[in-house]
Amino acid sequence: MSSSVAGPEIERLIQLLARLPGLGPRSARRAALHLIKKRDALMMPLSAALDVAIEKIEVCKTCGNIDTQNPCTVCIDPRRDSAILVVVADVADLWALERARATNGRYHVLGATLSPLDGVGPDDLTIEALVARAHDEKVTEIVLALNATVDGQTTAHYITDLLQDASVRVTRLAHGVPVGGELDYLDEGTLSAAMRQRTLF
Amino acid sequence: MEWTDEGIVLGVRRHGEAGAIVELLTRSHGRHLGLVRGGAGSRMRPVLQPGNSVSTVWRARLDEHLGHYAIEGTRLRAATVLASSHAVYGVTHLAALARLLPERDPHEDIYEMLLETLEDFDDPREAAMRLVRFELAMLTELGFGLDLTACAATGVSHELIYVSPKSGGAVSRQAGQPWHDKLLPLPAFLRGADEARPLSSDDDLSNGFRLTGFFLMRHVLEPRGLAHSDAREGFIAAVTKRRAGAQGQAGS
Repeated sequence: MSSSVAGPEIERLIQLLARLPGLGPRSARRAALHLIKKRDALMMPLSAALDVAIEKIEVCKTCGNIDTQNPCTVCIDPRRDSAILVVVADVADLWALERARATNGRYHVLGATLSPLDGVGPDDLTIEALVARAHDEKVTEIVLALNATVDGQTTAHYITDLLQDASVRVTRLAHGVPVGGELDYLDEGTLSAAMRQRTLF
Repeated sequence: MEWTDEGIVLGVRRHGEAGAIVELLTRSHGRHLGLVRGGAGSRMRPVLQPGNSVSTVWRARLDEHLGHYAIEGTRLRAATVLASSHAVYGVTHLAALARLLPERDPHEDIYEMLLETLEDFDDPREAAMRLVRFELAMLTELGFGLDLTACAATGVSHELIYVSPKSGGAVSRQAGQPWHDKLLPLPAFLRGADEARPLSSDDDLSNGFRLTGFFLMRHVLEPRGLAHSDAREGFIAAVTKRRAGAQGQAGS
């Protein structure tokens, strides 16, 4: 029979921490203990930061990014190139592109990709808003930065079809050999895609 | 419990941090799910894409358990279809169709046909004909097969150009003439003797999809509260567009 070693408040904290990505019950217990031990240095600032986050974080009504201001920092940045709109599936993808400083364009977050298995259809994504943004005369290029998966590319083709009457260039990310990738270890699908999409050297 | 089989990936659902529940259509064990440890990781993700062929070992303590898959890719065709709209819609639609099969019930003919259909998406017209034939085979496998070998009214086996929406049987030109507007057209590539004949027109293709679409909706999708997948519509539109583009190029 299992018995709890701590009061219900601590057990609740452990249960909630265990729901975080990367944490199981055991690591959640360690994290809870660490927080309790560092009450002033960590637990209270974390609690305050969470309170502020709950109060201030919003989904940007323009692009779907999350930020503490609406429209978000990216959308109101005048140094951004308004002609390029980079379409991503999730905010995590937007953050990844920003970390890499891969583009100076603006973004549009779809929220997910089309997935019949998970019951995600076009109405569940922000495709309508994207089509409206693509018709803005300032926008000249839509970059579909979606996953190189069947679901990701189904979404990309679906969006491309919808953007036919918008006067924009629709591009997508290249598929092929990753930096540091050794040909010997690549799957044959990636290799053949890379070979088909080879570029002039 | 343990078995080894070959299969085609139909879908993947993330499970926890690193795992994935993978749905395969296997040759001898039918549509079968299992947990893949590390299935959400970067090593397995290229393998676990719909349309890929894999070899698999399934293990569980009891037969009724979800069980674990150990999977190795054997033919990773998903990466080759990503750039082509009709191919990527086609793979998505085929996976959605195969998911209509009952679980853990072997359907070796469907497995073989799915393999054949997935193998070649280069020619959109050929792919479209194969996809219509696959939909017909699915209807048969699910118990709603159409009889396209002889006229349902007269028994003759020539000039079969209609299908009765009531019985699902073929109808000859002569017998069907009075009910021309109520019958579904039977495209040339589905008529027994003419099966090898290539598509003669866009009408044949749309008639093929109309025919299978009608019976799939009535017998399979509607009773389950489902509709045709967006991928099916996307595939038809992509094939029609490619064909129109090719004709435009040939004309100029």
